[in-house]
Amino acid sequence: MDSFQSLFEQLFGSEWGEPLFLFTKSLLLILAILIPLLLAVAYLTFAERKIIAYMQVRVGPNRVTFFSIPWLGGWGQPIADAVKAIMKEIIIPTGANKFLFLLAPVLAITPALAAWAVVPFSAELVLADINAALLYILAMTSLGVYGVIIAGWASNSKYAFLGAMRSAAQVISYELAMGFALVCVLMMSSSLNLGDIVAGQQGESFLNWYMIPLFPMFLVYFISGVAETNRLPFDVAEGESEIVAGFHVDYSGMAFTIFFLAEYANMILVATLTSIMFLGGWLPPVDIAPFNLIPGMAWLLLKVAVMLFFFLWFRATFPRYRYDQIMRLGWKVFIPITLIWIVLLGTVMQLPEATLQSFPLNLWF
Amino acid sequence: MDFQDFVFYSLASVAIIAALGVITLRNPVHSALFLVLVFVTSSGLWLLLEAEFLAIALVLVYVGAVMVLFLFVVMMLDINLDRLREGFWKWFPFGAILALIMTVEMGMVFMSKQFGSEVVKTPDAKLIDYSNTKELGLLIYTEYVYAFELAAVILLVAMIAAIAITLRYRTDKKSPDVSRQVAVSRDERLKIISMPAERKE
Repeated sequence: MDSFQSLFEQLFGSEWGEPLFLFTKSLLLILAILIPLLLAVAYLTFAERKIIAYMQVRVGPNRVTFFSIPWLGGWGQPIADAVKAIMKEIIIPTGANKFLFLLAPVLAITPALAAWAVVPFSAELVLADINAALLYILAMTSLGVYGVIIAGWASNSKYAFLGAMRSAAQVISYELAMGFALVCVLMMSSSLNLGDIVAGQQGESFLNWYMIPLFPMFLVYFISGVAETNRLPFDVAEGESEIVAGFHVDYSGMAFTIFFLAEYANMILVATLTSIMFLGGWLPPVDIAPFNLIPGMAWLLLKVAVMLFFFLWFRATFPRYRYDQIMRLGWKVFIPITLIWIVLLGTVMQLPEATLQSFPLNLWF
Repeated sequence: MDFQDFVFYSLASVAIIAALGVITLRNPVHSALFLVLVFVTSSGLWLLLEAEFLAIALVLVYVGAVMVLFLFVVMMLDINLDRLREGFWKWFPFGAILALIMTVEMGMVFMSKQFGSEVVKTPDAKLIDYSNTKELGLLIYTEYVYAFELAAVILLVAMIAAIAITLRYRTDKKSPDVSRQVAVSRDERLKIISMPAERKE
């Protein structure tokens, strides 16, 4: 590393050498996160089709293989889909605002990928170990809605516009509940740094994870996450039985695929954040011999996979919410629950030390 | 010019061009999107000043919530641009005087002895574990707690007032009453009667 840095300093001078070295280094590290992430997105679509197929007693994609090996049947499907999407024409409707129409998918995927900058994968492995990581995540996830509303407006179509309006109102409503649920997490850990939040859940077993004392917040956060990513049963922004395909009805080819990728990248992000903030991140469920020998990243990936399975399970199980029911759930159920829980948590934290020690399950304070 | 200057000048020039776009573009949606760009670049400038909490809060509150609602409204407006431009020259002198006053005021602040660049020094670089958020929280909840609570109450009053102004009780509303739906019991919907089994002749 030092020799590379001195090489850069020789090439660009001492003033510009160091920033350019840091820039190149971060660029390579970003690629090291994004390439596995995009592969995970591709195979998440495959997993979704397979899992939902089995839930509905079908087989799912089982034809496309690599090198005609029969037992890899289906595993080539995401690659084939990607190739197909790249080859297709991007149609820009007449009357559409061309610049914004093409900008919208970019605005959808940028925050979905940018949020990964602060996500830690193990105690040491994190791209940007910043103090305000939780705030950064909230800011980035709140930007994702721009892609949807700009797409809906720029398409110059009524269906797309309706989808965009629905999505904007829904995302804003659920962001509040999500933010309040995270306030509880940061009250428990008294830190905004994701690594410190996981460290705060360190203990002998899974009883120390924030999922136990903050169980309602865990549910609120995860359901809000499902709503925020516009996944079923909250996918009224797409709602194919009502408004054809919602905000991306006029998109085709790679422009549509970018929206698709952004949705799945957001799903993986929400699953990862839930695992980090409520399920102990890379900590093993029980801190004894066979479990704590497994590397932490494997535990994190396992938890993420379980949360992602919930996403797919919801899709196969629940019918779509009606719009007024979505709004009711967000404003009249989730926000009061989170507010009450914040006050309750604050009260418990202010109790005198002796009272806290006599708690039957005194693990968290 | 070192790297920090380069970042500052590129962010600042984008911010100025975008701000000009906000007031000169004809399409209100384009103007609103340029305003988003102004917010994002100014949050970049704050990051450069190591004010990471303010920078992220700017993106979170203004870009993530306020501007989304703003766009929401602007997109639904059917704006007649000719009617908007009608009174331009009538109001021009008034606007010009306002602009002049603001320029003079800003000049008085920035060129005065209290706020000049010689007086207000560049803050020292902070240690790596210095948490901007924590310091701000301590200040808000100790020294400025009354001002903070007052601001919160004013916002709450504004919110309740806005709801009270727009709230209309409509009698022809057809939306279902959820509490009644949830409270429904089996006996209200389903009646089990006993009758002799029918026999095939």
